[in-house]
Amino acid sequence: MYKILEKKVLNPTVIQLCIEAPLVANKAKPGQFIILRVDENGERIPLTVAGVNKETGAVKIIFQVVGGTTTKLSYKEEGDYIQDFVGPLGVATHLDGLKKVCIVGGGVGCAIAMPIAEELHRMGAEVTSIIGFRNKDLLILEDEFRACSDRLRIMTDDGSYGEHGNVTVPLKEMLEGGEKFDMIITIGPLIMMKFVVATAKPFGTPITVSMNPIMIDGTGMCGGCRLTLNVDGKKVTKFACVDGPDFNGYEVDFDEAMSRGRMYFDFERHAHEETCNLFKKEVH
Amino acid sequence: MNKPNMSLMRNPMPTQDPLVRARNFDEVALGYTEETAIDEAMRCLNCKNTPCVEGCPVKIHIPEFIAKIKEGDFEGAYQIITKSSSLPAVCGRVCPQESQCESKCVRGIKGESVGIGRLERFVADWHNTFCTEEPIRPEANGHKVAIVGSGPSGLTCAGDLAKKGYAVTVYEALHTAGGVLVYGIPEFRLPKAIVAKEVETLKKLGVEIETNVVIGKTLTVDELFDMGYEAIFIGSGAGLPNFMGIPGESLKGVYSANEFLTRSNLMKAYLENPETPIMKGGKVAVVGGGNVAMDAARTALRLGAEKVYIVYRRSMEELPARREEVEHAEEEGIEFRLLCNPTEIIGYNNPEDPRDPKNGFVTGMKCVRMELGEPDAKGRRRPVEIPDSEFEIDVNTVIMSIGTSPNPLIKSTTEGLEVNARGGIIVNEDGLTSRNSVYAGGDAVTGAATVISAMGAGKTAAKAIDEALCK
Repeated sequence: MYKILEKKVLNPTVIQLCIEAPLVANKAKPGQFIILRVDENGERIPLTVAGVNKETGAVKIIFQVVGGTTTKLSYKEEGDYIQDFVGPLGVATHLDGLKKVCIVGGGVGCAIAMPIAEELHRMGAEVTSIIGFRNKDLLILEDEFRACSDRLRIMTDDGSYGEHGNVTVPLKEMLEGGEKFDMIITIGPLIMMKFVVATAKPFGTPITVSMNPIMIDGTGMCGGCRLTLNVDGKKVTKFACVDGPDFNGYEVDFDEAMSRGRMYFDFERHAHEETCNLFKKEVH
Repeated sequence: MNKPNMSLMRNPMPTQDPLVRARNFDEVALGYTEETAIDEAMRCLNCKNTPCVEGCPVKIHIPEFIAKIKEGDFEGAYQIITKSSSLPAVCGRVCPQESQCESKCVRGIKGESVGIGRLERFVADWHNTFCTEEPIRPEANGHKVAIVGSGPSGLTCAGDLAKKGYAVTVYEALHTAGGVLVYGIPEFRLPKAIVAKEVETLKKLGVEIETNVVIGKTLTVDELFDMGYEAIFIGSGAGLPNFMGIPGESLKGVYSANEFLTRSNLMKAYLENPETPIMKGGKVAVVGGGNVAMDAARTALRLGAEKVYIVYRRSMEELPARREEVEHAEEEGIEFRLLCNPTEIIGYNNPEDPRDPKNGFVTGMKCVRMELGEPDAKGRRRPVEIPDSEFEIDVNTVIMSIGTSPNPLIKSTTEGLEVNARGGIIVNEDGLTSRNSVYAGGDAVTGAATVISAMGAGKTAAKAIDEALCK
């Protein structure tokens, strides 16, 4: 069992937990993920590590409440325990040698982008961060990004905070203005990453995307997290859990990944409603 | 001694009715009663040269344990088996006895061989039901060994070393111990309570099991040495599933057998309101002809499929699954489409509406008919496509069960650990790898094989570790 050391509600649907898992805290690097189960018979879900504290053995995770498992997790409080917590899994984001980087985060994906931005800042790289949200209420981690970014652009879809528009607007403006980045690292909804890749393509800037497909074991056994890359005109199957989660954005087949991500859409929606109803009943 | 039972036929294994069991996850084979077990034991001639023992990868003293059954001393029989095998209740169920011990049985020359596997299972189940004595924890010998993976090879290696007084820690990546015995082999063939019981027995011998630790990630092999372990056994098992490389394998409804079975077995998606989803019902094609393919097909049926096909490119003669599993599958209504090979998986695509939620789900599979040509290097006749013989089968789930390659995690983080072209860890006859004091065995070395051969490898390594550390 793994203890919840700290809980913070970042916005109405996004929650941050610090979990006591010293072995994971000792090893985790930006870009890696963990797999957890809330309780016995629970589902295994992957979540990217949002930070660690080696002294306290705490691993920070930030998640959005979307399905049955994340709903149950959202009801856990400080001092409660979760059943299983394993990691760090996947390959850490390659940051060596990067001097000037543009981080493009969307929604809860910003939680994963943030430790990468922090690490780059610590390494002395010039960090430009573009973070986007649907509206002001969903904004997270503004102060954290401000602290580690040389430039920060905050975008909202409805213009209720920061600038009006999506994350590709400032990216395009910078690239067209002649900015040269060693690397663009983008993390967020698949559709956003697809458009960030399309925006960067005419300029040929190297781009890393972080994939978050459906997974079970996370150790290279089940093959559920497979995705297709187009490498020099050839289709190659890769596994996000052991080959990723980071991939060259120009090679990823986003349409296929989006389709696969919706495989259990009906099941998830049902599970989410069921779990909500269950907790409502318990309250009354 | 009583006169031997000279019946040419062995005592049949009682099973659940095929039509009933095809819709439940309870165990198919029900096991011998005491009377049947004694009657079957009487068929053993207690041969002096023990050919059956030669056929057993872990060299169980077969005639000796059968002699105890004849006397009605079932616990005595268990004690003899457990000297050689750490997992008798498991082996009695999943070993391919017909190609091992039973294939060498003298009674099999004229008539059927003694039902050795069935007797082993009976003895183990009898012990688990009636024996209340705790296993005696041996005196510690002061040496520490780490085992990577709690599947059949790891548990065997752990058990053998613990019995000799080693302090053994088993590191398991998943949340439950047992490896393929819990994520792969279904409940109806190997109840999970039996695996849990065998693991409990090992714990009582002093084996520590640490779940949720991925060696190669959470801790590395080198860190284990720093922690004071003097030898390490790697039994990390099968890895990434193979796919055919045909169009449509990423459509929704296409699974690897590993994923499908893990969802059902380990994650309990077969329960009524599971938290882990799985596609249930409809029409299912399982591609492949091994034991894993049979498990996947029979699991799909029990999850409510209206029709399940096994699609295999050779004929029944070459089909590698155990006869017993094939017969069980046929009885349950699984249809074998032999000499067929998939060429494409077809998905729904509404050209009018790219947002149609049905888009991207499997609707069928194109196959081509095959015939057998010249034998290949292994002597198996090579399947050759028959021109213009394409046809389509109507399915909405496809399960690819065409093998796996060894787990890639450990080799990528362990310097100096040599692997072969297929990714299998290279070992010598003692199971020793290219690294000092690092041993390996099971699917991590051989690629997908049987539970008992993995156990044999765990046993060999345990012996070599003991000789290296206690010389």
